[in-house]
Amino acid sequence: MAEAAAAKTPPRRLRRRRQEQESGVLYPRWFWPSFAVPGITWLLLLFLLPFYVIFAVAFGTVDLFRNPLPVWQPWFWTSQYLTDVLGKIFGTNAFLQPAFVRTLAYVFIASLLCLVIGYAVAYYVARFAGRWRTLILVLLISPFWISYLMRMLAWVNLLDDEGYVNKLITTLHLAPHPINWLEGNPVTVVLGLVYGYIPYMVLPLFGFLDRIEVNLLEAGRDLGAGRVQTFLRITLPLSKPAILAGLVIVSLPMFGDYYTNDLLSQSPKTAMIGNLINESVGSYGQGPEGAVLVVILMVLLLVPMIYYLRFTHHAQERR
Amino acid sequence: MTETGTQAAELTIPRAEPRRFGGWWRDPWRKPRILATLTWAYIAWSILPVLIAILISFNAGRSNAQLQTLGLRWWFDDPDQQSLFQDPTLRRAILQTYLLSFLTMIVAVPIGVAFAIGIDRWRGRLATGTSFLMLLTFVMPEIIIGISMLLVIQYVFSFVHLGTTAQVIGLVTYQISYPVIIVRARLLSIGKDYEEAGMDLGATPRESVRRVLLPMLYPAIFASFAIVFADTVDDFVTVSYLSGPASSTPLSLSVYTAVRASPTPAVNAAATLMLVTTTIAIAIGYVVYRRLSRGQRADVRAFGQV
Repeated sequence: MAEAAAAKTPPRRLRRRRQEQESGVLYPRWFWPSFAVPGITWLLLLFLLPFYVIFAVAFGTVDLFRNPLPVWQPWFWTSQYLTDVLGKIFGTNAFLQPAFVRTLAYVFIASLLCLVIGYAVAYYVARFAGRWRTLILVLLISPFWISYLMRMLAWVNLLDDEGYVNKLITTLHLAPHPINWLEGNPVTVVLGLVYGYIPYMVLPLFGFLDRIEVNLLEAGRDLGAGRVQTFLRITLPLSKPAILAGLVIVSLPMFGDYYTNDLLSQSPKTAMIGNLINESVGSYGQGPEGAVLVVILMVLLLVPMIYYLRFTHHAQERR
Repeated sequence: MTETGTQAAELTIPRAEPRRFGGWWRDPWRKPRILATLTWAYIAWSILPVLIAILISFNAGRSNAQLQTLGLRWWFDDPDQQSLFQDPTLRRAILQTYLLSFLTMIVAVPIGVAFAIGIDRWRGRLATGTSFLMLLTFVMPEIIIGISMLLVIQYVFSFVHLGTTAQVIGLVTYQISYPVIIVRARLLSIGKDYEEAGMDLGATPRESVRRVLLPMLYPAIFASFAIVFADTVDDFVTVSYLSGPASSTPLSLSVYTAVRASPTPAVNAAATLMLVTTTIAIAIGYVVYRRLSRGQRADVRAFGQV
């Protein structure tokens, strides 16, 4: 049996030669790889190596002045700072814990809101937009090319104590005083995250929902299912992979986000993991701690990242 | 039996009763008014605040929360020289923004395009691995890329100084996946036939790439230039970790630090200038993309899905 299988698949070199004979074209062996060489070099030196440096700093030591001293040999690595940071997250004196819990809660709520709103919008545009479709699509794409900064700045202006939102609230007597939106208000931060990342949810969902065959939906309706039932039993199950991918797309950057907080709150009361990292990298003597936090964040994000990469890989093959 | 019978009867007999509340809801072919309202509300929510922020840049007063009277004071007409085009730091920042975007575009796109061609035609384990690595730069949160780049420059490539060079290196690493993704999508739809036909007609492999494949990739390459340029203008994370002396602060970073510190409408003017720049870049990119790919399938969505 094993021999037969081996006979079926000839050695790689022979297979290669056969393929070349079939297409009648002979490329030198190095021809295509040579195109990729600059890119590969770049990735190795400036993407993979920097990653290694994070580990070397996280598991390294510090010098006399508490500057990080990276340790290059993995066999000399110490887990001193890792246990240190883990103690601050899970231990008795867990003052880093709130930021972690907060991050999980904010990202969970914000990506769920993105999904609910984004799905409704994408569904409407894919199924019912009719003659407005092109216009709506352009309007949906435009936030991509408005910088994140501009979009947050717009809300900083609106939510100011004297801004238009508070003006509206006080004119309508919804609240006796202007609401303090911009200092440590978790609602503002979560809505800011939704506002910042929802375009990344809408478009992939739209692309997927748009490809669902109308035949399937019509068949459902013919068989007596109402609108809601058709949606629940045909559209929703079909769009499950897109929903998961959309959730991953929006939650990955949210986990590494520090700027939404910086721009809309600036208060430790709403600080997230990203803020911890950003602050420890910027402050004296906390280099290894910052690197450890980056390592923890990467470990947290490993599963969703791999899921997303596999999803795009399959999507490419399906085309 | 009887149950299915009544169900069938309900389905076939048209409803004669007058419309009560809920009749609209039960109508299986009603127009999706709720969804339509929600969609338009979403669009208003996503665009109106930005329009207000742009309007505030033309405020003649000092406030960037309320519009007083309109004027160009914060663009170039402030008596205290603090407007966008008067303030020397902001002017330097504008130049730095364009410099960084231009350099990043010039470096990232050629490397990315060549990488895409190589990886797409060369099948092998190493090719799969590196293309996986490339996609990883795409999904990695930017803070991680920024910090790892900062550390590698501090401890390994210490001959690179923080500032423009470091910023360009970081930006290229973050942006390089755009041309790769765009060009690969294009290569997939082109297939191998054209370049092989070119070689059948006597071209060497190199000639067939240069004279057959590359011209077919022009729309994708041009789109990549526009997208990388526009996206670099907006970047403020990688750039902030790798910035050195004050002269290497681009506009995005000035806006970022000013938003909560001393906001005058000049900040809005700066953000508006960035918006105008990216809009022009994308518009040019899109028009040229359409023109170059005339006769081939072009899609609005190509510009949104990356």
